[in-house]
Amino acid sequence: MKRIFETVVTEHQDMVLRVCRGVLGAHADAEDAWSETFMAALRAWPTLPEDTNIEAWLVTIAHRKAIDITRSRARRAITVEHLPETASTRGIPGEEHELWAAVRALPERQRLALSYHYFGGLPYSEVAALIGGSAEAARRAGSAGVATLRTHHHTKGPLR
Amino acid sequence: MTWLPPQTEATTLERLRGRLAAEAERADLLGIGYRTVDTPVGSLLLAATERGLIRVAFAREDHDAVLEDLATRIGPRILHAPARLDAVATQLEEYFSGTRTGFSVPLDHTLSTPFRRIVQEFLPHIGYGHTLTYREVAGRVGNPRAMRAVGSACATNPLPIVLPCHRVLRTDGGLGGYIGGLEAKTALLELEHAR
Repeated sequence: MKRIFETVVTEHQDMVLRVCRGVLGAHADAEDAWSETFMAALRAWPTLPEDTNIEAWLVTIAHRKAIDITRSRARRAITVEHLPETASTRGIPGEEHELWAAVRALPERQRLALSYHYFGGLPYSEVAALIGGSAEAARRAGSAGVATLRTHHHTKGPLR
Repeated sequence: MTWLPPQTEATTLERLRGRLAAEAERADLLGIGYRTVDTPVGSLLLAATERGLIRVAFAREDHDAVLEDLATRIGPRILHAPARLDAVATQLEEYFSGTRTGFSVPLDHTLSTPFRRIVQEFLPHIGYGHTLTYREVAGRVGNPRAMRAVGSACATNPLPIVLPCHRVLRTDGGLGGYIGGLEAKTALLELEHAR
């Protein structure tokens, strides 16, 4: 790729953060995944073919980084009955906060299918390649996730 | 309780981008870091490789076009990374406030051909507030007949202001050309009380 990497960050930073939050939850792990995604992308950037679909490529990297983080989190996890309550670092809890909480409460496959399709813009065939199973199963998982969110969120608006 | 300002998505992303630039620097993946500074001669783009300052560009050169040119010639690992340009930004501020007469930052001359580089590296030897003609510069770099080549070395100076090509004038006392425009050249010479 000959394009300035900064423009890639500018164009896709929101999308990658949404995907990472969808997969990992809206906290520091998602921000680590965001950083690692763009670091890996920066490393590969000069040798990336010009005709690459950048958005799909970034979602694929974000998926791998999120798996790495989930695994390392599991290794160093401290089991507690309830998480201690902390002050929100994300401002006034509101619509978005509740939406992320609802995303987090979804079954894993629904959450991943929804994150990669609705937040990351991947077609279900490619979502299936990432999370396993058929494209049709991925589509059902994504739709079920969205249906649950709509019930929670009382909204019919688009998610992205 | 301390009141904390709401952390918006925009500030989160700004923080993440700062962190990305710092991590890229540490991992030797920051090919070129850039920032802009506001000066009396307009917004200046500053760009540096790990070796040093590689480009100073006036707004009229079109900063986006300059960055695209750098992506093609040097490489596309380009990020907004103000920290890498802190030293030169400070020195430029001192220069424009009149408290600095010369620059001391590492320079990357990759963009210059060998002869042009000889001319450009000579430029800081023209003292602050002094001027030379293209003919005189040609003589000083050991090639008195190379006036036109000196002219093009000045016209293509990738590091204007830091390498002071504005101190080179025509033999008849005319300003000659300037990459930042004649207004900028005049302003710089007036700042240095050279005109």
